[in-house]
Amino acid sequence: MSASSTAEVPFVPTSKVGRITDFVDERVGGSGILREFGRKVFPDHWSFMFGEVALYSFVILLMSGTFLTFFFDPSMAETHYSGSYTPLTNVEMSVAYSSSLNISFDIRGGLFFRQVHHWAALLFVASLGVHMLRVFFTGAFRKPREMNWVVGGVLLILAMAEGFTGYSLPDDLLSGNGLRIIDGVIKSIPVIGTYISFFLFGGEFPGTAIIGRLYVLHILLVPAMILLMIVIHLFMVVVHKHTQYPGPGRNDGNVVGYPLGPVYAAKAGGFFFIVFGVVALMAAMFTINPIWNYGPYDPSPVSAGTQPDWYIGFVDGALRLMPGVVNDFHLEYVIFGHVLTLNVLLPALVPAGIIFTVLFMYPWIERWITKDNREHHVLDRPRNAPTRTAIGVAGFTWYCVMWAAAGSDLIATHFHVALNDVTYWLRTLFFLGPIFAFMVTKRVALALQRKDREIALHGRETGRIVRLPHGEFIEVHAPLDDYKHYKLVGFESPVPLAAEPNEHGVVTPKEKRRAALSKWFFEDRVAPATPAELEAAHGHGHHEAIESGEEHKSLSH
Amino acid sequence: MGNHSDGSPNHSGTVATAGQNVVEKFQDPGLPPHRLRLADTDPRAAKRAERQVAILFGISVIGTVIFLVSYFAIDLGQDSTIATIRTQNLLLGLGTAFAMLGIGTGIVHWAKALMPDHEVSEERHAIRTEEDRQAAVRIVEDIVEETGIKRRPLIRNTLLGAVALAPLPALAVFGDLGPRPDDKLAHTMWAPQGGKLKRLTRDPDGTPIKASDVTIGSAFHVIPEGLNELQEGKLNAKAKAVVLLMRLNPDDLTISKGRETWSYNGIVAYSKICTHVGCPVALYEQQTHHLLCPCHQSTFDLTKECKVVFGPASRPLPQLPIAVDAEGYLVATSDFKEPVGPSYWERDEHERLINS
Repeated sequence: MSASSTAEVPFVPTSKVGRITDFVDERVGGSGILREFGRKVFPDHWSFMFGEVALYSFVILLMSGTFLTFFFDPSMAETHYSGSYTPLTNVEMSVAYSSSLNISFDIRGGLFFRQVHHWAALLFVASLGVHMLRVFFTGAFRKPREMNWVVGGVLLILAMAEGFTGYSLPDDLLSGNGLRIIDGVIKSIPVIGTYISFFLFGGEFPGTAIIGRLYVLHILLVPAMILLMIVIHLFMVVVHKHTQYPGPGRNDGNVVGYPLGPVYAAKAGGFFFIVFGVVALMAAMFTINPIWNYGPYDPSPVSAGTQPDWYIGFVDGALRLMPGVVNDFHLEYVIFGHVLTLNVLLPALVPAGIIFTVLFMYPWIERWITKDNREHHVLDRPRNAPTRTAIGVAGFTWYCVMWAAAGSDLIATHFHVALNDVTYWLRTLFFLGPIFAFMVTKRVALALQRKDREIALHGRETGRIVRLPHGEFIEVHAPLDDYKHYKLVGFESPVPLAAEPNEHGVVTPKEKRRAALSKWFFEDRVAPATPAELEAAHGHGHHEAIESGEEHKSLSH
Repeated sequence: MGNHSDGSPNHSGTVATAGQNVVEKFQDPGLPPHRLRLADTDPRAAKRAERQVAILFGISVIGTVIFLVSYFAIDLGQDSTIATIRTQNLLLGLGTAFAMLGIGTGIVHWAKALMPDHEVSEERHAIRTEEDRQAAVRIVEDIVEETGIKRRPLIRNTLLGAVALAPLPALAVFGDLGPRPDDKLAHTMWAPQGGKLKRLTRDPDGTPIKASDVTIGSAFHVIPEGLNELQEGKLNAKAKAVVLLMRLNPDDLTISKGRETWSYNGIVAYSKICTHVGCPVALYEQQTHHLLCPCHQSTFDLTKECKVVFGPASRPLPQLPIAVDAEGYLVATSDFKEPVGPSYWERDEHERLINS
């Protein structure tokens, strides 16, 4: 390029692709963008796929959802079914339910698209959740990515809202009972609950307005917000560049990986088709949400084993765990002539509130405790941040206990145990589970660090047993190569940060609390092996001279 | 093995002490040397990979054909059965899956086997330069200074007040989303109309129930007479009025003061709407006389006027006072004496209203 542009002759592309690129560039001027992004480097790791799965599921949702809108009618007007599913012939139902049945039975590919849409929705929320776990456990939320973590949390909430509004649209018995539970939860809100319920449903439950209103939220407002958040999210990924796992040649100042074009683009682009293919396979083979089995919504019947879609499960489980009466103390009581329904209000709002508050604030909490204001682009291996990993697993365990509680009746019937016992156990685990998980995880992380240290200092086990002249048996250890070795030793291991006086020479109570938390955070630690220790390890034993291998002999003698 | 991992801080250095993080560290050896793949060195392996990619793309074409054939060859007419729909769904899905997976795995295989797999290292640039940062802070300060907002608190405070109030109309316009609740939740269809008591009828067909039909141990799902004939609001009325009717041995029932006339010969009627969050309490355990809500497992003891014995509900199910009319049919002598269903802020007020 430089040769032709410095000469008088203008640069002329020689290939056909080159000419097309040049044609577009001369008219819209994209060469700067292409220069910036065409070869941009992206680190590669299997755990980076979850975010991609979420993005691709959303694209599949937009496509399959658009198809469904052409046939779905969100009206709650009464009709008598006349489609080809004979068990429901002439049954009184809403137009919404009837059109959902028509999509399933009278439109070619309709059932397939409904199942693609539902499976993709379940996958969307699941991959979002796993992606957030990956980001948390590797410390990818640290500066400068705190705000993108918050955007991700907002996306998770929006995805759950989008899922719930969509779940309710077919107006079948199962989703209708789900709405009734939502109505009951809303009515428990002090002062304004009854009004919110009447405004949402356009009068008394179930009314004739709710499906139309949820439909507008589901196909217009919430997806638009999700799309906006995804754009912000990806824009920030470009600004920050992607994080990378620690390893030889990788540090906070560089980014190591494949260039966007062609390798990374091909792998990521090809992956979209793989995600679509897997969702299509599930839609082909596994029935999801067979609304025709449930029948139209009727406030009187309910099927046993009712459950929401999985991502709402933890709230439903919390509702189940809360006792309404404790030793004749009723959690619903009358205060100044008004009813406070704590047995509904607390489990519906408090656990979800705690989870999302801690989730949103965590990057700032950790930054305050550690006083770490540096930029981090290299991820932590979860074992190398034992306290953070333990906090994450504790939170996840808490979530899972509530999630399991949403299936307490099914646990009881499948394992032939008493439903009451399942509930009692889960109530206990609700409090003890996270504590237990924290302790176990922290110990496991420290143990893994010790193992790493052991391998870094003494090499890996070869499985070769050697008998020494005086009769002792030892196993020969082989040293790691420099690259594998660096992976085990090249990490930071902060120490507790004692309380420091401020500019007036005063150690404030807040600073003392921070120091206490810092101690709790970093007190138990396993330091990475140092070169001096490696030398000592190789120098102080007879048999360890054998371990150290040929190239390290010079070190020990 | 030595004792380098036993955690003894004095000897091993395994447990770090303060100041240890300043000790010398291992040097980063840099990126590992690039390892060539088979396809990089052996032209036959490259050719083989090329063929594999082409086969995967070919599978995708077959998938597309399967989709089109099963879409047009299988028609969903009036004579189509569930089996037809199942088959078509399976074939459409498999066709799509092959079409997509063929392309996807083909491209990924192409990228992994044939495209250059050199990992490259790129410098990270700071998000902004120090110069930009200082300039930006200065610009913001200048802008704020030039507005004079700090020097003119009158402007600032009135603006804040105006901005705080301005969104109120945007909230107010939602006022017509629904009617005011008033006391709608306090009443159900069971209230006698024009002095005529409502009969208890079967759900869903609406046939009246004779007291003599209710044998000991049996249970009926009940709706009020006239519900099915409602022109509008049928589901709204039903959502409050559904009732469970059961007959027990009268000796098993504990009846509190004031409720002596609410049952008939051991026949009792209770609201079917759970007092927790409103699911229908649809399960009746005949042996224990417990009513169980399948949604959140609230359990009510029928013999103790549906007192909560387990689960998240906090209040007993409301009882419907019943009697028998001249023709032997069961009737409700009045509406429920308290609001049915989940609790709400004004519930206590409504209960007092009903009983006044």
